[in-house]
Amino acid sequence: MIQAQSVGVVTAQRADFNTPLKLRSGGQLDQYHLVFETYGTLNAARSNAVLVCHALSGSHHLAGRYADEAHNIGWWDNLIGPGKPLDTRKFFVIGVNNLGSCYGSSGPNQMNPSTGKLWGADFPFVTVEDWVESQARLADQLGIERFAAVIGGSLGGMQALSWSLQFPERVGHVAVIAAAPKLTAQNIAFNEVARQAILTDPDFHGGHYYEHGVVPARGLKLARMVGHITYLSDDAMAEKFGRSLRHGRNTYSYDVEFEIESYLRHQGDKFAGYFDANTYLLTTKALDYYDPAFEYGGHLPAALARATADFLVVSFTTDWRFSPERSREIVYGLLHNRRNVSYAEIDCPTGHDSFLLDETRYHALLSAWFDRIEV
Amino acid sequence: MTAYRYDYEVITQWIEHGEKVLDLGCGDGDLLKHLIQVRQVQGYGVENDPIKLQASVRNGINVIQMDLEKGLVGLEDGFFDHVIMSLSLQAIHNTQGILREMLRVANEAVISFPNFGYWRHRQSILNGRMPVSDSLPHQWYNTPNVRFFTIADFDALCEMNGIAVRERLGFDEGKLILDEPNFLASVAVYRLGRAD
Repeated sequence: MIQAQSVGVVTAQRADFNTPLKLRSGGQLDQYHLVFETYGTLNAARSNAVLVCHALSGSHHLAGRYADEAHNIGWWDNLIGPGKPLDTRKFFVIGVNNLGSCYGSSGPNQMNPSTGKLWGADFPFVTVEDWVESQARLADQLGIERFAAVIGGSLGGMQALSWSLQFPERVGHVAVIAAAPKLTAQNIAFNEVARQAILTDPDFHGGHYYEHGVVPARGLKLARMVGHITYLSDDAMAEKFGRSLRHGRNTYSYDVEFEIESYLRHQGDKFAGYFDANTYLLTTKALDYYDPAFEYGGHLPAALARATADFLVVSFTTDWRFSPERSREIVYGLLHNRRNVSYAEIDCPTGHDSFLLDETRYHALLSAWFDRIEV
Repeated sequence: MTAYRYDYEVITQWIEHGEKVLDLGCGDGDLLKHLIQVRQVQGYGVENDPIKLQASVRNGINVIQMDLEKGLVGLEDGFFDHVIMSLSLQAIHNTQGILREMLRVANEAVISFPNFGYWRHRQSILNGRMPVSDSLPHQWYNTPNVRFFTIADFDALCEMNGIAVRERLGFDEGKLILDEPNFLASVAVYRLGRAD
């Protein structure tokens, strides 16, 4: 085992598509483009490709850094690189920016080719299935008939699961991490609060705020604050902030008093400074809509019967946004179809965000899993 | 565990080609790997220790993390042909619960356990010390075992719970013990079913 290294300086690429993409919403994208990054080398047999799907606020920038932005490190840099669990000496790793995102692929903040203006609120609703379809088309362009593995956490885990159902013959292994086969009512409720915060911001302008030279920063900030609470565990918050007071005493004001308030406001402001409100709306809806069992009368095992991949399902004990119970539904659904599946429930205090951290046992498990994949 | 691989051979004889098998407390997945090789079973292990679970994954064995004290919630009735528990029953508090669950999810259960009534163990107690042996390798203060029982005790429990003992084999140092197993066998392997 070599010392784990960074993939180093990376460059994003762009792929253009002119074949119309029919969307689940009934809409259609006549032309669209995807930005993506790759790490490692595609082998001669084209059998070592691993697709990494991103979550709500993620992007195609999985690992390494940009030459002109040394501090912009990929969001899964701790997992991907030479000597890391997803080892780029063995695998050719691909990160794709999803349609509707704000990081360069066709989306609300990109130009609508039919009008020459930014899409804004006119960008169509996209679903997990649409993303998977578009990712498959990118794979076609890259000459990848079959992925050795598709992996994702949270909303990315839903895409990984969907890959196994939409293109069972095109994926050998699937890792579904901190995900769910569908959102619960409580989970949709959190998304709805976040959306209402954006939709009711006076600067939202029906989603066409670009034309007004403003952004619904307050709404986006609130949305992120609500989201952030649900990504952490009660214990982690208590441990990190407790009831610590900024000024050491109550000041009887609505300024920051408790440290948790400071933290949430900071996270909200930071997020509102770089993320796009329309993308937030679209992406939370994609989360809400995902429910592969729906067309099977809610019977998940029936929906999973199409899958043929070898699965790894991982959850985290303190994740209450995507709780272990939801992961177990996937596990038992696969098991009762006699599919190959392993399941780990990682005991760690950091809630939903755990899937992004390099918790030792979690990463050791992923190493073990990736190591046994033959390419 | 390696000292008791012979219970694997007995277990293997009771498993038929292509069965669905669940192995509770599967460790690094060695038994399932063996059963996949010689019986082409569709196997799943259950393990709650993260290090062992990782070893099973590395071994290429399906393994599900689950706390056996909580039963086998989520698994369908009668889904498995066989459920196996090799040398783990003595480490579980909820003895009756897990036996009931095993015979719920599988048509037949295979269980092996160290026999506390083995003559060397009795001798040790008579000498005033808790037994330490090949089948009970831990000291009293660090043993993972929480239930200490004999073959006769287990027979009585099965009787009481309506569990049919379809086959019972006693072993000592890898040899089959036909006479006085409760006295002469250090390990017992059972084939159990529902007595209905």
